[in-house]
Amino acid sequence: MASNTMTPVSQPVSLAERPDFNVIGEIIQPGSRVLDLGCGEGALLAWLVENKQVLARGVEIEAAQVRKAIARGVSAYQGDIDEGLADYPDKAFDYVILSQTLQETRAPLQVLREMLRVGRRAIVSFPNFGHWTVRQAMLFTGQAPKTKLFPYDWYNSPNIHFLSINDFEDLCRQSGFPIEKRYFLSGSSRVSFLPNLLAQTAVFLLG
Amino acid sequence: MVVETKSAQFDSIALDSGATLTPVEIAYETYGNLNADASNAILVTHAFTGDAHAAGISHDAGKPGWWDNMIGPGKAFDTDRYFVICSNVLGGCQGTTGPGSINPATGSPYAMTFPVITIRDMVRLQRMLIDSLGIRRLLCVAGGSMGGMQALEWAVSYPDRVLSTIPIATTWRHSAQQIAFNEVGRQAIMADPDWSDGDYYDKKPPARGLSVARMVGHITYMSDESMREKFGRRLREKEKFGFDFGVDFEVESYLRYRGNQFVSRFDANSYLYITKAEDYFDLTNGTGKLAEAFRQSDTRFLVISFTSDWLYPSYQSQEIVRVLRRINGDVAYCDLQSNYGHDAFLVDIAEQTELVKGFLASTARMAKAA
Repeated sequence: MASNTMTPVSQPVSLAERPDFNVIGEIIQPGSRVLDLGCGEGALLAWLVENKQVLARGVEIEAAQVRKAIARGVSAYQGDIDEGLADYPDKAFDYVILSQTLQETRAPLQVLREMLRVGRRAIVSFPNFGHWTVRQAMLFTGQAPKTKLFPYDWYNSPNIHFLSINDFEDLCRQSGFPIEKRYFLSGSSRVSFLPNLLAQTAVFLLG
Repeated sequence: MVVETKSAQFDSIALDSGATLTPVEIAYETYGNLNADASNAILVTHAFTGDAHAAGISHDAGKPGWWDNMIGPGKAFDTDRYFVICSNVLGGCQGTTGPGSINPATGSPYAMTFPVITIRDMVRLQRMLIDSLGIRRLLCVAGGSMGGMQALEWAVSYPDRVLSTIPIATTWRHSAQQIAFNEVGRQAIMADPDWSDGDYYDKKPPARGLSVARMVGHITYMSDESMREKFGRRLREKEKFGFDFGVDFEVESYLRYRGNQFVSRFDANSYLYITKAEDYFDLTNGTGKLAEAFRQSDTRFLVISFTSDWLYPSYQSQEIVRVLRRINGDVAYCDLQSNYGHDAFLVDIAEQTELVKGFLASTARMAKAA
């Protein structure tokens, strides 16, 4: 390995592939304490450290991804989101982020409650199962939808809970999670009309 | 890179047991260059039977250091960027004062009159060395196994002297199983008539006992899988069983070889003292309240464990990580996949290198920004 492979964080982080990252970057105040649940290779956290000088922590279950996150300088640890939050003290973070991962957790409601306990605010983004392409696929094929948003076959999908924007709004209302802001995206553009039908991704700021 | 072991002497050191050692000597090596503001120094701490020769080729014996694959230009501990220090532990037998050293009061080796030492004593002597080198704050203390215990102890005893630590394949307190294996090793040595209550320095050393102790140790450093791969049931230079008690199996030959080789480089009394220090190791001094121990420390941590390490199993590292999380500490953790057992931190270094490099670079950046 060459000796000049050492400055991983200064590598430009491509946020273009993940439009929700732009919104999250917009929400987060500089210098805040941020926990990213399911941080993957730490791309979002590295970007936030570099551009918002945040104090960054990440949790990720996949060893290979944790390795890459740590290699780029992010304090990530290998652990399970469903269990891992219990250790943190109340309000340890300004923001707890769950980016495109809610639909993969075993106990989403429990995770959301814990996020609001350890964080002053929670940022939740997820792919919208109510999007028209999903509805269309289901209607015309009669099979578990396989779309750009949900590209997996039913048997190897990491997604175990499917939710639409309206489902999430309902849950927040029922559980008393205060919604501070909502952002609806199609690609990287904002959607203001019929979001549950037209938005691919939703980002909610709770707290 | 040819390196020479250096030595520093201090008038005395006060020990946890209440005893004082007068004087005390510490053997150490350094690699790379200390920068102008002395902010790039990393202390690497060795495991049980290691020594100060961590990297490069030794001047005297022409041997590579025990972590030469991790320390050097472009390696995990990049000597083009960092000034790396490694010293032999207190109680050791490779240049630092230990039971085989001459007691100036008697003119003979200390042998069993050497005071019982602790991991914290080892770290105290390292701090004296760091002071004498003009380093106020270490960028990092890193080590595996007993080296990891020292790294943790640095974070707890001298939190303002160390920015980050990398404890690898280690524990915050020695477990019953770890104490048990150490005790078998000690009993093997003390059961050897040549041990002579430790007074063997002008006689034949307890080679058989020390060799058996090492054989047990080696088994605990490997894994079922790595032994199966390395030896299986292969016979040693024969086609069928000898129907005697000579060497039949490859694994027997390997263990005997390792045992015999060890005797020529290690002092049996050091084995007793260092294993005792490991067994006494408990960061919480018996309270079990690890969060309290870490509370004074704002050190960054990179904790690494290995999936097949059954001597220092991953759960012990995870206990450290959980507690650091509970106090909102800065901790990164990865359980690296390896078949090499406890030895993984010495041999399976590709992924470990990736972690260490990134962690050190980000720590250095944070230090510069602060």
